[in-house]
This record gives sequence, C-alpha cells and structure tokens, in this order.
Amino acid sequence: MREKTDVNKIKLLLVDDEKHFVEVLRKRLTKRNIDVTAAYSGTEGIQAVRKTDFDVAILDLKMGDMDGIEVLKMFKKMYAAMQVIILTGHGTEQTVQEGITSGAVAYLSKPCDFEELVDLIEKVRSRDGI
Amino acid sequence: MRQDRNSQEQYYKKFTRNMVLLVIVVSFVPMLLISGGVLRAYRLSYSDKLYAHLKEVVHRHAQDIDSFLNARLANLQFLLDSCTDENLFDEAVLEEKLFQLQQKYDGVFEDLGVINEQGVQEAYAGRYKLEKVDYSDASWFNEALEKTYYISDIFLGMRSKPHFIISVKRFRQDRYLLLRATINFETFNYLAENLRFGKTGFAFILNKKGDFQTKPHNEMLPSNRSYKDFISAGKKAKHGIYIGELNDEYGNPKSIYLAALLKNDDWILVYTQEKEEAFADLIRTQFRTGVTIFVGSLLIVLMNAILFHKVISHLTEVDRQREIMNQQIIDAGKLASVGRLAAGTAHEINNPVAIMVQEAGWIEDLLAEEEFKDGENLAEIKRALKQINTQGNRCKEITHQLLNFARRTDSQKQSLHLNELINEVVALSNKKSYTGISIKTDLDQALPSIYGSPSEVQQIMLNLINNARYALEKSGGQINITTRLEGKHILAVVEDNGPGIPEANLDRIFDPFFTTKPVGQGTGLGLSICFGIIKRMGGEITVHSKVDEGTRFEIRIPLKKAPPDTA
Repeated sequence: MREKTDVNKIKLLLVDDEKHFVEVLRKRLTKRNIDVTAAYSGTEGIQAVRKTDFDVAILDLKMGDMDGIEVLKMFKKMYAAMQVIILTGHGTEQTVQEGITSGAVAYLSKPCDFEELVDLIEKVRSRDGI
Repeated sequence: MRQDRNSQEQYYKKFTRNMVLLVIVVSFVPMLLISGGVLRAYRLSYSDKLYAHLKEVVHRHAQDIDSFLNARLANLQFLLDSCTDENLFDEAVLEEKLFQLQQKYDGVFEDLGVINEQGVQEAYAGRYKLEKVDYSDASWFNEALEKTYYISDIFLGMRSKPHFIISVKRFRQDRYLLLRATINFETFNYLAENLRFGKTGFAFILNKKGDFQTKPHNEMLPSNRSYKDFISAGKKAKHGIYIGELNDEYGNPKSIYLAALLKNDDWILVYTQEKEEAFADLIRTQFRTGVTIFVGSLLIVLMNAILFHKVISHLTEVDRQREIMNQQIIDAGKLASVGRLAAGTAHEINNPVAIMVQEAGWIEDLLAEEEFKDGENLAEIKRALKQINTQGNRCKEITHQLLNFARRTDSQKQSLHLNELINEVVALSNKKSYTGISIKTDLDQALPSIYGSPSEVQQIMLNLINNARYALEKSGGQINITTRLEGKHILAVVEDNGPGIPEANLDRIFDPFFTTKPVGQGTGLGLSICFGIIKRMGGEITVHSKVDEGTRFEIRIPLKKAPPDTA
C-alpha cells in the first residue's frame, strides 16, 4: 500500500552502497527538512519504490549488485513521476549520456558539493514529473 | 631481448656464410670444369698441330739435304760417264769441268780429283796444291774404295779447313778409280742449318759418333748427346722421325727435338727448340686464361660478399624496425594498463573523500545549533572544517586529473571537444619546464564536437607540440595553436617560429622511421602515426615550412555525425 505524507516535505530516496556516505547525507538532508529513505543496493531501492511514491531519487550508478542504468530504467517503469538524479564518477561521459537517455533528469559527479546537491533536488522537484 | 639479439646475429652470420659458400661452389665448379676441359682440349690440339707442322718441315728438310747430297753424287756420276779416261786424267779438262760445275752450282764444289786405287791423286783441279797427294792412309779413302758412292763426314784434312768429300767409284780396265769432289762446308752448312724458327729453334747434323756435321751459331746442347741418344730417347713418328724432349741441368724438360735420319742413316738431322718458345702461344693463352679465371673468381667472391652483406644489412634493419614497433605496442599496452589502474584508484579514493567532506559538512551543520553559539573555539573549528572541505576538493581535483588521463588512454571513439583536449594537453606540457618556449592558444569557442578517440587525438596534439618544443629547444620561441571551423571541417593549426624544415625533408616527413634526430632520440614514428590516425578519421594533415621562418602543421577533420547510440 502506498504512503503519502506531508506535501511540502520532499520525499527523497537515496540509493548508494556506501553506508557511511548514505548516513551522513541522510543526516544533513534531514536537517534541511527533507524526508530521506535510504537503500543500500539496487534491489533495496526497487523494493522501496514499490512501497512509496518518492519525489526525487538520488541513484549512485556504480553499485555492486545491479547495473545502475538497469535500476534507473526500473524506477522509471515503476513510477515515472519520480525524478532521478544520477551520481557518476568523473569522466564517464558515456554513462551520463546513457543515464539521461534512460530517464535521469540530471547528474552529479562524486564527490559532490552539498549545497549544489540540495539546489538540484529542489529545482528538480518543482518540475512536476515530466 | 639481448639474448635474442645475440642468437639472431649468430643465425645471420651462419646463414650468410652458408649462402656465400653455396653460391661460390655453384659458380666455381662449372666454371672450373668448363675452363679446364676447354683448356685441355686446346692444349692437345695445339700440341698436335705444332708437332705435325714440325714433322713435315723436318722431314722436308731432311729430304732436301739428302737430295742435295744425291744430286752432287749424280753430278760426279755424270762426269764419269761422259768423260774418257784421257780426259779425266787431263788436268786442263778437269779444270774446265770444275769451272762448269762451279758456275752451275754456286759455291758448292771446291775441287775435283781423280784418285787411283793405290790412293794417289793422279789428277786435281782446284785451289789447293794437292796433285799427286797420297791418300792411301786416309780413313775416308779406304771407306770410299768399298762403296760405289761415298760421302764423308766433315773433317779438316790436309787443307786444315772443315769440308767433306763425295766420291764415285768406277771400274775400268781392271782398275778402280775414284772421282772425288770436295763440297764446300759453308754452303752445306748453310743449307743444313736453314731450319730456324724463332730464337731458339735451330737444326744441326750429327754423325753416328755424335760429332757435329754442321756448325750452329749459338747454344750448344747442354751435354754431349749422341746419335743413339736421340733415337732411343724419342718416340718414332710419321716419316721415321723421332720426337722427344731434352732436359736441362736440373732434369726439367727444357726443349723439344725432332730427329730425322740422313745419308742412309749415317747422319741424323736434329731440330730442337725450347719448349717455352715452341709453345709460346699456348703458354700465353693458358696464362691469360688463368689470370682471367683468377680475377673472375675474385670478382665473384667479392660481389657475393657485398651482395649478402647488403641483404643481411637490410634484414637486420627490418628486424630492428620491427623491434621498435613491438616495443611501441608493448608501451601502448602498458599505458592502457596504467590508465585502467589510475581510473580504478581514482574511483576508489573518491568514495572515502566524499564521505569525509560530507561529515565535515555535517559537523558544520551541527555547529549552527544554539548550544555551540558561544563556543570558545567556534571560529577555529569552523576554519578547520573549511580546511577539510578545501583539501577534500583538492583530492577531487587530483582524482579528476587522474581520471582524465585514464579516459584518454581509452581509445574508444566518442564525440569529443577538441578545445578541451587541447587545453588539457597544453596544461600537461606546461608542467615540464621549457624555458624560453611559450604556448599560445586561440581556440574558437563555438567549435562543434568531432567524433573520434580521445586518446588518439591527444596523441596527435601531444606529438605536434613536442615536435615544436624540440625544434625550439635551442633558440626558444613561440608555439601557436589555433582551432576554427572551416566549412565542413574543423581546422586545427600548430605552428612555431623555429628553425623550420628543409624542403628536401618535407616530402618524407610523414614517412615511417624518418627522423632527423640523432640515433636513440627519436623513432621517426610520431608523425607517421599522426598521419595514419587523421587519415582514419577521414581528415588530412599538411605541413608548411620555411627554413629559419618556422613550421606550420594544419589538420583538417570532417564534421561527422556520430553513430546514434553515443550521440
């Protein structure tokens, strides 16, 4: 059953297999009044999307269990309205292209600047799921 | 590597030696066989012809001498037959007859005499005072009495001059008488001797005892040879002529001889000539042939050596070049490995760095809480956190550079921005300190992207810039890099104001292995690889240069639509 909560708070899904990274980001984003759900693998991410409608997802493409692009495609299939920002390693232009083509709305390279990230999340969210 | 080179050298040495020997054998054996065969046939033929000729000549000469002697005897016979006894014993008549004979046969007859069977010369016509001389004790007289026709050996006699006697015996009125004539030695000698060829070919006559019957002008025989010697030592040939060889004092064959019997085998006519002279032509031909073969052989051997040396040099050179190419391939492979390693490492580092930076940021966020507002060390803590952030960014920069480098070693084709690439390469180049060389770029900002392999394009730019740097090494100078759109092409220009390239080299500058750098400093492959890459991209590269003015490379690459899945 799908959950819906406070409309103003951004519902964010954070998919990355680096636990510590996810933790610190979650803390920081929570302080900025963003509702963060963490997933530590592609599979977990997909399960999360099944249960909840998220506004934005941040997806690290370099994960162990599944190909990041595959996960992205699944997300778009399951809930197209969710905006996905992909995190890429620097210099993988081809991957970026692929990601955008597969439905990602923007990309950031790791390590990323926090403020940039927050700006991007807010910008993206107001774009009403196209 | 070193071992390979050594064993390769060994192999080539052995190979060369074997091939050279083979060619020499194959060239020499037929040549020697043929020349040997031909020479032998020639020698036999020559020898046969020489002896055949000499045989004829000697035979004819012997016949001439015998004819002469017989003719003289005939003269006397005729005289005897045509004169009566009274006439014969009449000295005036004898004188007349002698005179007639002397007229007819110039210088042959010296005198005439009629001798009775007691040996007394009853009549005499001639120069000497030999009337009434008694020859009864003379050996020749007794011999003459025995035969009808008699010819003596050469002897001195009473006149103390060499001469010989011919006589004809007649039996008349119960008694014998001899009509005797003296034959002039000089004339006979001249006749007999008149068989000369060259300088060492001459003839002489010996009697049975080995006494000379003629007087040869020069060279006597080295040792006393008798009539018998000539016959026994020689081989009997046509016309009853004996052919043989005479040895010198060391026992080596020095002369050839041909001998014919005369005067009913009393005398022997010998013609002799030094082998060297008789066979002069043959010897000369043999010598010339020998020299020719020798010189020819030298040339064959020499040419072989040169030829094979050239072949081996070429092979060695080809091997060397192949080795260089192999090395290049290995290096490229190594570079790709390093690239992959760099990429992997960079990605690995990014994660911990990201976490650190975020944690520092989180601390910063927490510091904004009320409880920390009046903290003593707040400012310092904030500064420290900022520092962590800064250093984290620095790490990011470093890994970015590493990843850039790694990306460039990946030769996957993609759409790329030439200007970006150029800037990166220039930044990389500037890290090395080349004093006095400055690089200026003038890049069209609106330059569209081209489709190609970043690592290859990087290689081209790096190569051109490095070449320019090398050219400006001594004098310093300026390198200008320009990019702009030119119709359907992108034009990139790398030029310098260095010493320039001589016109003679401009044609070959893109040839593989062409280099003007000293040995060991350049492989001469840089520009040829650039040429190949640009050609594969569908573009072209041209060079313009003037000595002392500078060099300018222009690269044109067509704008191509990249294949759809990477667009």
